[in-house]
Amino acid sequence: MEIEKGWLQKIMGLPPLASAHGGEIDFMIFLLHLLMLVLFVGWAVFFIVVLWKFRASRHSKANYKGVTNHYSTYIEVGVAVIEAILLLGFSIPFWAKNVDALPTDRNTVVVRVVAEQFLWNVHYPGADGVFGKTDPNLVDKQTNPLGLDKSDPAAKDDIVSINQLHLPVNRQVLIYLSSKDVIHSFALNIMRVKQDAIPGLSIPIRFIPIKTGQSEIACAQLCGLGHYRMKGYLTVSTNKEFDEWLASQAKQSQSSSDDFWN
Amino acid sequence: MAHDSNHQDSHHPKHGFWRTYVFNTDHKMIALWYGITALCFLLFGFGLVMLMRWQLAYPEQPLPLIGKWFGPTRMPDGVMLPEFYNQLGAMHGTIMVFMGIVPLAVGAYGNFLIPLMIGAPDMAFPKINLASYWAFFIGGVVMLASFFVPGGAASSGWTSYTPLAVIATTGQTMWIIGMIFLITSSLLGAVNFIATIFQMRAPGLSFMKLPFFIWAQLVTAFLLLLAFPPLEAAGVMQLMDRVAHTSFFMPSGLVVSGEHLKISGGGSVLLWQHLFWFLAHPEVYVLILPAMGIISEIIANNTRKPLWGYKGMVYSIVILGLLSFIVWAHHMFITGMGTTISAFFQATTMIISIPSVVILTALFISLWGGSIRFNIPMLFALAFLPMFGIGGLTGLPLGLSSPDIQLHDTYYVIGHFHYIVAPGTIFALFAGIYYWFPKITGRKMNDLLGHLHFWPSLICMNLVFMPMMIQGLAGVSRRLYDGGASYAHAQGVLHLNVLMSHAAWVMAVFQIPFIINIFWSLYKGQKASDNPWESTTMEWATATPPPHGNFAFDPKVYRGPYEYSVPGATQDYTPQCQEKVI
Ligand code: HEM
Ligand SMILES: [Cu+2]
Ligand SMILES: [Cu+2]
Repeated sequence: MEIEKGWLQKIMGLPPLASAHGGEIDFMIFLLHLLMLVLFVGWAVFFIVVLWKFRASRHSKANYKGVTNHYSTYIEVGVAVIEAILLLGFSIPFWAKNVDALPTDRNTVVVRVVAEQFLWNVHYPGADGVFGKTDPNLVDKQTNPLGLDKSDPAAKDDIVSINQLHLPVNRQVLIYLSSKDVIHSFALNIMRVKQDAIPGLSIPIRFIPIKTGQSEIACAQLCGLGHYRMKGYLTVSTNKEFDEWLASQAKQSQSSSDDFWN
Repeated sequence: MAHDSNHQDSHHPKHGFWRTYVFNTDHKMIALWYGITALCFLLFGFGLVMLMRWQLAYPEQPLPLIGKWFGPTRMPDGVMLPEFYNQLGAMHGTIMVFMGIVPLAVGAYGNFLIPLMIGAPDMAFPKINLASYWAFFIGGVVMLASFFVPGGAASSGWTSYTPLAVIATTGQTMWIIGMIFLITSSLLGAVNFIATIFQMRAPGLSFMKLPFFIWAQLVTAFLLLLAFPPLEAAGVMQLMDRVAHTSFFMPSGLVVSGEHLKISGGGSVLLWQHLFWFLAHPEVYVLILPAMGIISEIIANNTRKPLWGYKGMVYSIVILGLLSFIVWAHHMFITGMGTTISAFFQATTMIISIPSVVILTALFISLWGGSIRFNIPMLFALAFLPMFGIGGLTGLPLGLSSPDIQLHDTYYVIGHFHYIVAPGTIFALFAGIYYWFPKITGRKMNDLLGHLHFWPSLICMNLVFMPMMIQGLAGVSRRLYDGGASYAHAQGVLHLNVLMSHAAWVMAVFQIPFIINIFWSLYKGQKASDNPWESTTMEWATATPPPHGNFAFDPKVYRGPYEYSVPGATQDYTPQCQEKVI
């Protein structure tokens, strides 16, 4: 399912947009490029006129004083004011509202994503809503990539998938992002989400998907020779489909962990 | 070198080859060595990126003709390995920044011009100056040698983020050692520049009469002096993490390819980034300020009028220098920052854009009312203005944390800073070479070859770097071995990789006229007088080439640096050290 681009995404060449907060980012990008365009065209017109008008063959004696008015100061003050508006009116409030604050919504979907060279481990807490304990000493690349402590009752119903992030549409999502080895960066292009995955830290990310469909998880930070192929998949589906997917995963991981423990 | 021995000071006996060329403490000879070495490194760093551009345009296709030369550990059957791509990327960045631009813009330009422009016989500490060059040279050799150790050169980007850099192969150790030499070189150079500019100005040369170039070098020297030590310390700490298994930058619980690392842990990954960017942001001003200085000299000279708003430019560059120490974390917006910290660094970043805008605007306005000569140095200087403008403007969305969410670590960033350093700084450095070549050698460079160098370079620069912005907006990550070929969101802009690569190769071809021009002009160029551009600043008041000790008289300064077209004077330039206005 291709997600349609809006006019902003079309003229700015941005990816399609599928999150609630992303529109503001796109709008800021648009405004900033508009500002750039105005300044650049202004400079360019001035530049071309000056080069033509004051070339030596036409204007053989330079004027010691040059420009004596203060229009440029007004322009500089204008730029400063616009920057202040973008900063105080858009960027800082946006950050406070959409990046910094944690969601309070009871219905929030909480997921852990743990990056490693060169894949994304996705960890759902299961029916109990509690993530099982993990321990780096228990990590086994094949059978237990997160080092889940199976003796912890909370770990029993946990679901772990690789490179497959499924989310329901129109619900608040909270992802706790971390990394096992080096820094990666978790980028959901169409969600306007990007967050470095930093070993030793667990960093919350929040957003609300507003369109169903499939897209990619990209790694944006150089993480080694497989950086270019550290790709995961994001599937946003209806609530019902999401629950069905969770149930099927629960069954699968149950049977595979049974194989492992028996 | 056409070093004319007639001009040698009589009280300086002739030395043998080693003392004359290699261990000569004369600032001009050191500057030449810096310049030649740095130009070679620039060419080499450019060569690395041309290889990368093959892989980006034609992922995993064998490189024709020369591909096989690189051997099975780098390019088996001519197909580049991702390991090698990452080495090329990291070393391209490192070489261009630390072994190309800084030594050329600071080591070569600063050393050659500071004593001449301020009317001094040499730098304050000639031996430290020589030590600075040799530290740079050794650092460069270590960096080059790192390509040949097992596992190849450093491959964790020029930023060497931990833990990736700590678990990387031996090349990274070489990188740190090389960096320690390069940093030492810059520190030695910086103290020398500061002491020279403060202590050795000719009588009458007050600070507000300094050529803008000198101001730029002075601020740059302070940046180097104050910003590099934290990175030097951080480099040693990373070295310890690598070889002594300390954990300054290594947290507990790291699991690399399924193995729980046996280290003490407890370190902080982000500490490295803070220390690195505490240097590296001022460093980007180190890359641009000397360029602005060069451009200012050339614009004043070729408009035949004073710079407009000189005072404002001086205040701006000083403020720029100070502010550049408190913007570093704008490179780290998406490491998990809270609102307060991100607000602080966004605010400082927006504020620092103002003095940059002031300087650029002053340079644009300086053109108004001039009598503009379009010689080769001026063409490069003029092209600098809009190109640097694009680079600066595209910094705005990156400096605000919210739009940066989408643009961070994409090709947009690569496009942004290359506009600043390539058609920006590099063009300024070219401009300066065409401009001061007659002073260095006594001959002018050829105009026709100059045009053949300038116009294609200008066009190609834009064809290489503008499409990067488009790719970045589409969300293509940087540092991708296949240029994004495996991602669905990149498909619509993938064809641009082919265009950019061809433009880069064509640009390389049009650097040949420049190289030919240097050698041809050295022997065959049109002979130049001592002051061929009819300039006001003091470097043109010496003999050509300037002899050891520089000035045949005791220079005294009577006026500001850009007294062109003074009302009432018959000559359209009035040199700083000329007593009467004629
Ligand atoms: C004019 C010719 C140049 C071309 C065609 C070029 C091209 C590139 C490309 C394609 C990349 C991105 C590599 C990737 O993301 O995998 C890159 C990275 C970089 N370039 Fe250049 N570049 C040029 C000149 C310069 C100059 C003059 C500088 C001077 C400072 C420079 C500094 C850097 C740095 C610091 C990086 C980042 C390296 C890293 O990712 O660690 N480049 N360049
Ligand atoms: Cu990666
Ligand atoms: Cu910066």
